Amino acid sequence: MGVISSKMGNLGVVTTSLDEAVNWARTGAMWPLLFGLACCAIEMMSTQGSNYDLSRFGMELNRASPRQSDLIIVAGRVTRKMAPVVRQLYDQMASPKWVLSMGDCASCGGVYNNYAVVQGVDEIIPVDVYVAGCPPRPEQLIHGILTLHEKIRGERVLETINN
Amino acid sequence: MTLQIRSALDPVAASKEALPDSILDVHTFRDETTLIVKADDIVQVARFLRDSKGLVYNFLSDISAVDYYPDNDRPGRFAVCYHLYSMLYNRRLRLKVFLQEDDPSVPTVTQVWPAANWLEREAFDLMGIDFKGHPDLRRVLLPEDWEGHPLRRDYPLGYETPMFSFNKDEINKFKPYAKE
Amino acid sequence: MTMTPAPTPPTLGEREPEPWQGQVEELRGLVSDRAMTGETLLLNLGPHHPSTHGVLRLLLELDGEEIVSCIPDVGYLHTGIEKNIEAKTYEKAVTLTDRMDYLAPMSNNMAFAMAVEKLTGLDVPARAQAIRVICLELTRINSHLVWLGTHAMDLGAMSVFLYCFREREFVLDMFETLSGQRMMTSYIRPGGVWRDLTDDFLPQLNSFLDYFPTKIDDYETLLSGNPIFIDRTQGIGVVEPEEGIALGMSGPSLRASGVNWDIRKSTPYSGYEQYDFNVPLGEHGDVYDRYLVRVQELRESIKIIQQAVKTLPAGPFRSTNRKYVVPPRAELGQSMEAVIHWFKLWTEGFSAPDEEVYSAIESPRGEIGCYLHGTGGNKPRRVHFKTPSFIHIAALSKIAPGHLIADLIGIIGSVDVVLGDSDR
Repeated sequence: MGVISSKMGNLGVVTTSLDEAVNWARTGAMWPLLFGLACCAIEMMSTQGSNYDLSRFGMELNRASPRQSDLIIVAGRVTRKMAPVVRQLYDQMASPKWVLSMGDCASCGGVYNNYAVVQGVDEIIPVDVYVAGCPPRPEQLIHGILTLHEKIRGERVLETINN
Repeated sequence: MTLQIRSALDPVAASKEALPDSILDVHTFRDETTLIVKADDIVQVARFLRDSKGLVYNFLSDISAVDYYPDNDRPGRFAVCYHLYSMLYNRRLRLKVFLQEDDPSVPTVTQVWPAANWLEREAFDLMGIDFKGHPDLRRVLLPEDWEGHPLRRDYPLGYETPMFSFNKDEINKFKPYAKE
Repeated sequence: MTMTPAPTPPTLGEREPEPWQGQVEELRGLVSDRAMTGETLLLNLGPHHPSTHGVLRLLLELDGEEIVSCIPDVGYLHTGIEKNIEAKTYEKAVTLTDRMDYLAPMSNNMAFAMAVEKLTGLDVPARAQAIRVICLELTRINSHLVWLGTHAMDLGAMSVFLYCFREREFVLDMFETLSGQRMMTSYIRPGGVWRDLTDDFLPQLNSFLDYFPTKIDDYETLLSGNPIFIDRTQGIGVVEPEEGIALGMSGPSLRASGVNWDIRKSTPYSGYEQYDFNVPLGEHGDVYDRYLVRVQELRESIKIIQQAVKTLPAGPFRSTNRKYVVPPRAELGQSMEAVIHWFKLWTEGFSAPDEEVYSAIESPRGEIGCYLHGTGGNKPRRVHFKTPSFIHIAALSKIAPGHLIADLIGIIGSVDVVLGDSDR
C-alpha cells in the first residue's frame, strides 16, 4: 500500500510504494507498436489525430520496432496468413508488454466467421483489454486504454518480475 | 494529320464472321452481351477483339470464375468470365468459357492483356482453375501451403459456433487460448 | 605487448561472389539472375512496416539502393468476404461490403447495390440518387484526405497528416448524423438509401462546404510549391498511358498519365450526368501528377456536392417496390401486406434470377466492379469484386524497378493502395 505524503519545505520529497511508482511510470508513456491492420487502424489514426488526442496519454509516438514498444494495439482482422507475423511481433517485444485487442474482429472474429479469419487474436497472443466496436469510436478506444492503465496500476511489480 | 477512327462494329457479328467455330453462343441480359467461347480458342478471340479496328477492346476489367456445383444445367461445372472494356468506343463485353470438373484449364491471356496476370492467379488460388502458359501461377491471396480452393461451392465456409452463455463451457474446452 | 598486424582485407575485384545461403531456388524465375549468386541483396519489406498503407509485403531485389525487381506478396488481409456473401441474403450482404475498401466504404456499398439493382431490375428514385451522389463525393473527399495525410507523412511532411484528419472529423460527424456510424455506414442499400436525411445534416454540410475549400488551398500552399516535395516526386514512377491501360490501372493513377477515363463521365450512374464538373488529367504520369490530380478532384467533389444540394429533389428515399424493399415501420400498424412483406424480406429475403451482371463505379481509387451471379434463390451464387488496389499492386512490380527505396515509398503512396481493397 502506499501513502503519498509530501514533506514540507524546500526538498519536496514524495514517499510512495514501489508498486505505485513503477506502475505510474509504466502508464505515463506507453508507446504503442505501429500495428494497424484494417479499418480499426483508421480509427486508431483518428484517435491519434488532433480531435481525440492520444498524446495526452503519452502515446503520440508510435514505434515501428517491437523492441522499443510496450503496447501492441491489434487493430483489425487477423487473417490466417498474418497470424504467425503477429505472434512473432509479440515475441519480439520486451516485457513488460501489454496487448489491447481493438475492435470486434480482433476480439472475436467480428463479422467474419469463415475460413480466413482467426476468431479472435486471443487464440495467438494473450490479451489484456478487449475493446468492442466495428470500428470502435475513438472515445471507446480511449476508454479501453484507460482501463488498461487501471489494470496496470493494480499490478504488483514483484509478480511481473518473477513471471 | 487527322486521326481516322473507324466507326464501331458489332462485336457479335464481327467475331462470328472472323472466328465462327470459336463462338458457341451469345447471351444478352439487361443490355450486357456475353459471348460463350470455346475454351481452347480464347486467346485467338481475345487477340481478335483487342486488335481489330472497330472493336479495340483494350482494357481487361475483370476475370471471375464461377462454380455451378451442385447444379448440372450448365455445359460444365466451372466458368471463367472475362470482362472487357473498349476505351475508344466506350462499350463493355463479356467472354465466358465453360470448363469441366475433372480438368478445369484454359489458356492464359496474359500476353494479350498483362492485367490478367494477377487476376488469373486469384482465380487459380480461390477456384482452382489452371491457366496453361501462365508465367507465374502461384497462390496470391492465401498462404503458400494452403490446401484446397475455398471459393468452390463444396468447400465449407469454416463457420465456428459463436459462444453464448449457455454453451460457454463446451466451447471453452476446445477454443485454443494463447499462453504467454 | 606485441600487436599482431591486421589481416589485409580482400579487394572487391578479386573476391568471388558467394552463393546465397538462404533458399532462393523457388525465386529463380521471379528475380533476376544476379540474386542467385548473391550479387544483389534480397530485402523483405515486411507486412509490418511504418508506411501506413496496410499489410503489404514486398520482396525487393536491391543493387545497392536501387531496386532491380520488386515482388509484391498480398493476402495478409484476405478475409473471405466473397465466400461469406454467398452465405448471406442480398440485403444482409451490404454490411460486409463496407469493410473491403475501408477508406471509401460507401463506394463499395454502391457497387454492390448497383449490381443488385441491375440484376433484379429495381428502380431508384431521384432523391435517393441525389443523396447517393452527395455521400459518394463525401466519401471521395474522405478517402483523398487520408491518402494525402499518409502520403505526405511518408515523404516527411507530418503536419499534413494532422490537418487532414482534423478535416475528416467533420465528414465523419456528418456520416454519423446520417446513419449512426462514423465509418462503416451501410447506408447505401439496394433500392436507395437506408433512411432520409436528418434535419441537421444539411446545415452541417453547408458549413463544411464553406469551410473546406480554404483548407485545400492550405494543403497546396504547403506541398505543391515545396522544393523538397517536388524533388521527391517529379519524374518518379512514370507510367506511360498505353502501359497503364495494358496493366489494368484505373482511376486517378491512370488519369495522371493523360488517359481521359472517368466512369462518372463515360457511363454515368446515379444521376451524375446532371452535374457539371471537370475531370482533372495529368501530363507526365509521375507521382507529382497523381498528387495534383487528386487534390484537384477534391475541389471538383465540392462542386458536385454544391450542385446536388441545390437541386435536391423531394420524394421517396428508397424504392417503394415492396417485393424487394422493406416497408417503413410506421406502416406495420396499418396494413397487413406490409407485415407480410416485412416478415418475408427480413427472414428469407428477395430472390434474384439465375443470371450474371457486372456493374462498375468510380471509387476514389479506380474502378470497383461487382460481378454478381444469382441463383434464382435468395442468396447469390457468386459475387466477385474487381478492386483497383489489387491491380495496382500487381502494377508496382512493373513501375518500381530502377528507382531507389525512398522513391518506392513515394510510389506506393501515390498509387493509393489499400490492402483491404486488394485482399478483400
